[in-house]
Amino acid sequence: MEQALLYAATLGTLACIYAVLTLGLNLQWGLTGLMNFGGLGFVAVGAYTAALLTAAPSATHVGGFGVPWWLAWPAAGLAAALLALPVGAIALRLRADYLAIATIGIAEIVRLVARNEDWLTGGPLGVTAIPRPFESLGTPTGQVAFLLLVGAVLAVLFAAAQATANSPFGRALRAVRDDEEAAKAAGKNPARLRLHAFLLGAGFMGLGGAMMTAFFKFIGPDALEPVTVTFLVWVMLIAGGSGNNWGAVAGAFAVWVVWAATDWLAAQLPGEAATRAAYIRLFLIGLALQAILLARPQGLIGERIGSPQR
Amino acid sequence: MLAFVNFYLLPGLVLGAIYALSATGLSLIYGVMRFAHFAHGDLLALGAYCAFAASTSLGISVWASIPFAAAATIPAALVADALFYAPLRRSLPAVLLISSFGVALMLRALIYFFFGPTPVTFPRPIVPPLVFEGVRIQARHIWIILGAALCAFMLHLILSRTRAGRAMRAMSDDPDLARISGVATAAVIRLTWIIAAVLVAVAGVFLGLDTQLQPVMGFNVLLASFAAAILGGIGRPWGAAFGGVILGLAEECSTYPLVDGAPLLQPTYKSAVAFVVLIATLLLRPQGLFRGMI
Repeated sequence: MEQALLYAATLGTLACIYAVLTLGLNLQWGLTGLMNFGGLGFVAVGAYTAALLTAAPSATHVGGFGVPWWLAWPAAGLAAALLALPVGAIALRLRADYLAIATIGIAEIVRLVARNEDWLTGGPLGVTAIPRPFESLGTPTGQVAFLLLVGAVLAVLFAAAQATANSPFGRALRAVRDDEEAAKAAGKNPARLRLHAFLLGAGFMGLGGAMMTAFFKFIGPDALEPVTVTFLVWVMLIAGGSGNNWGAVAGAFAVWVVWAATDWLAAQLPGEAATRAAYIRLFLIGLALQAILLARPQGLIGERIGSPQR
Repeated sequence: MLAFVNFYLLPGLVLGAIYALSATGLSLIYGVMRFAHFAHGDLLALGAYCAFAASTSLGISVWASIPFAAAATIPAALVADALFYAPLRRSLPAVLLISSFGVALMLRALIYFFFGPTPVTFPRPIVPPLVFEGVRIQARHIWIILGAALCAFMLHLILSRTRAGRAMRAMSDDPDLARISGVATAAVIRLTWIIAAVLVAVAGVFLGLDTQLQPVMGFNVLLASFAAAILGGIGRPWGAAFGGVILGLAEECSTYPLVDGAPLLQPTYKSAVAFVVLIATLLLRPQGLFRGMI
């Protein structure tokens, strides 16, 4: 019973964290049409920021600041947004696809720094012993309490994303996405609007990264990989319905359930076959993305334009 | 001086030749189809691995296995285009980009499935380098540079001397004008894929020969290829080739100990050079050195 509860709490916590990442991408791509293929970079910066602020002192990296999570998590979001600022300011003035290429570069740079700057990040060893809120409550109460906390953060961010989407700012973002010239003619500044949306989305991703490290109690250069962070979040958003926050959350939950279930199924296979099944799963997820793009480009819950979303 | 030539200039040229081959195809695709092909790197890896399979199972030399690499990348590119890209051609370019991102993952999954995650090397004898007046160079590096130059020359002939090449350039300049002038756009698109797939297959084999093969090898050169293509002016194949050589040289020379014996840039940060070049281009000359499409 306790085992089942722990498993459910793990699944639920990760689903909520993925939903936060997907909401962030929805602000960028769904609402504003910005292609961010470097989600990993922003998640990792948030993750490391929170980890170094909260982790116990260690000889292998800076840290030991003893900052409580409720301060460290917003700081993580801020750090990710700071990373987005210079690159966004340069790449957003140009073609949309240049941002996609530049964000891949950011993810690469972040990975290099995490691996090589041992004094800062602990290098390949990473940062360990990251405290998780409520762990003093014991198992499984602590895990359930943490799930409730992550769920609450998701709820707050969802409300913020909804408010953004329905605000004049959100409408201006859509206008820039759909017809930049018309938006300009209406007196909007597309470059600034895009930059704001990019920073906001990056902040969501940084916060998601912070929650992820608190959950795993560890962060290292190989703990995050492009497939399970950047790509999976894209599939979640496209499947759920880009442009719609409900769709983003629904897509995150649905794809996460499929991902976790196939993970469990693959693990039932013996040794070598289990590894290979993981590759088949990767192929099928790619194929599923193609199928959605072709057959249902609006996703599970498409964007509703014209009336306030509910 | 000799040390600079041996350890920085020549390796830079070899890497530059490989980037040039990959970036040229990327730029051609961009010119004709107007989208950034994110699966290009994984197409490169697919070519390299298929050449590896051919050369180990048939016992042929690496050079003779290049056609096998192309025999894998051409159908892969054409099938991906027919199944996934073609139906999306009328939607936003961004959607095509996302689709190619998915194709990249599918290709990588196939490579992992068939060849596993462990790096492998082409079977190659260990030969001492050739020495000319103190300049030491591996024979395979000479062949890589010559091979890339040959590919560039053939591409030049195709683009400038043949009807199909002119049609490609016309589509790249103005797709609508090309269409109403009677250019068979579907055929031009197929030809573009074939040329780009051959170039990237050669690049994959060369990269595998220069270093080793690993499933993420393509993803690792993707950023450099894009940076090279944008530096040369995206949509301009010659610019991309030039940009590739510049980028290869910049990457290798970035670690040159110019001041007090300390490398300019720690070798572990070599792959950041591509990003710096990309950002500098976007900042200073977004149309690229040779006036690409912005």
